[in-house]
Amino acid sequence: MLPAPAPVINSTTAEFWKATTEGRFLLQRCDACDIVLWFPRRNCPKCWTEDVSTFDAQQTGTIYSFTVVRKGKGVFQDAGPFVIAYVELADGPRIMTNIVDCDIDSLHIGMPVEMVFHDTGEGSALYRFRPVSR
Amino acid sequence: MTIRGAAYVAGIYEHPRRDIPDRTLFEIHTEVALGALADAGLSMTDVDAVFCDGTAGFGPMSLVEHFGLNPSYIDSTETGGSSYLAHVGHAAAAIAAGKCSVALITLAGKPRTGRSVVAYAQSPEAGFESGWGVSGAPHTYALAAQRHMYEFGTTSAQLAEIKVAASIHAQYNPNAFLPYAVTVEDVLNSPLVADPLHRLDCCVVTDGGGALVVVSPEVARSLNRTSAKILGHGEAIKHTSNGGIDLTYTGAVWSGPRAFAEAGVSVADIKYASIYDSFTITVLQTIEDLGFCEKGQGGKFVMDGGLVAPFGKLPFNTDGGGLCNNHPSNRGGITKVIEAVRQMRGEAHPSVQVPNCQISLAHGTGGSLGSKHGSVTLILGQEDA
Repeated sequence: MLPAPAPVINSTTAEFWKATTEGRFLLQRCDACDIVLWFPRRNCPKCWTEDVSTFDAQQTGTIYSFTVVRKGKGVFQDAGPFVIAYVELADGPRIMTNIVDCDIDSLHIGMPVEMVFHDTGEGSALYRFRPVSR
Repeated sequence: MTIRGAAYVAGIYEHPRRDIPDRTLFEIHTEVALGALADAGLSMTDVDAVFCDGTAGFGPMSLVEHFGLNPSYIDSTETGGSSYLAHVGHAAAAIAAGKCSVALITLAGKPRTGRSVVAYAQSPEAGFESGWGVSGAPHTYALAAQRHMYEFGTTSAQLAEIKVAASIHAQYNPNAFLPYAVTVEDVLNSPLVADPLHRLDCCVVTDGGGALVVVSPEVARSLNRTSAKILGHGEAIKHTSNGGIDLTYTGAVWSGPRAFAEAGVSVADIKYASIYDSFTITVLQTIEDLGFCEKGQGGKFVMDGGLVAPFGKLPFNTDGGGLCNNHPSNRGGITKVIEAVRQMRGEAHPSVQVPNCQISLAHGTGGSLGSKHGSVTLILGQEDA
């Protein structure tokens, strides 16, 4: 499995990361603007209200862009070639992530993908994506 | 009020070395500061404003203490490699406002023989951009290249043409890290770092630094050295826009028009351009965004020697750029201004000096095309422009 280093967590992002350990991916919506927020914030970046609510997002999307890193560094040093991507979620936001469990040569922009969770062992799980199996 | 004609770049200095194991970071700051001041015909005692990035200690305080100065104006705007172009614009504004008259801008770094500085673990986005194995700038710039190819049909061979043009220029620069010409095939045959970027799509990694001295019109007139007139400045930060990132354009779509409007010139007036070249894709997107060609047509624009001095459509980076000459401290902004001033003075290498080079452009892109970056555009003219 691709290494899953623990993310930096603070008081604003604690709820998000706790949910990932339960296989849930939370997004926020501004109740005033009716826009989806990414990444977790206390204030809407459009109207700056604190009236933002949290919902369980769809765990699907499509590849917006991707790259194959031929050799990583740090904990990724021995991972072999791996994929960093932006995935456009079904709920809208384009988020940085990895594509895993895939044939690297068959990846393409627009490819449908679904979320998987890789536990970091430190109270969080990384949200990654794999091609949707037919 | 605009800064048009309110200030001049009177002194420039590029550190000649690319490996500097025997100097500390702050010693390099001193070396390049004294070099640029000597080029202008000024001394450290003339300096009343100090500008530096966020890697020179505790804001600007460490460097001011190190220089032993008491400046009336200080600024440590940090936008990665484009910081120094922002500093030029800010210095011109400060001079126009009467805050100072001799501004010193320095850059130093030792990524080859020292420690690189990375310090944004506390940023709100840190947990969402750093866990994916991103360990170098190529990884996120590659995402921009891949998307540009998808939307506009840009090819790896077209990106390679940008490296080829820079390398043609680098042959004439004895200090260049890679002082020889390469071919499109050389670029395409170099190892993939992060698809679609090859090793030769990437800039060099060098120790070193550079400095600029920005002065008031009165000071410029008093000097024997030819200055470059600052005509316009624009800056912008493009970020991920709340999950709405579009990887096909840069902040130059905003900084460019701001600079052109202030200068009162258009792209047709630009005879030479220093375009930030951390990667080949950085150049391609920037020339589109500045309006040198239509969006998506950058690949065609750079073919057939479009960027090769002195007679290409847009002669660029005649020092060899970050791609071949120098990218000190992983930050290429200061050398962009330095080479543009050389062109304005007629002091570029004769083989790449653009004839009648009256107006030039220097553009910086600091940070990442793949997430957030600071774009800064400067337009410079000859002293009597």
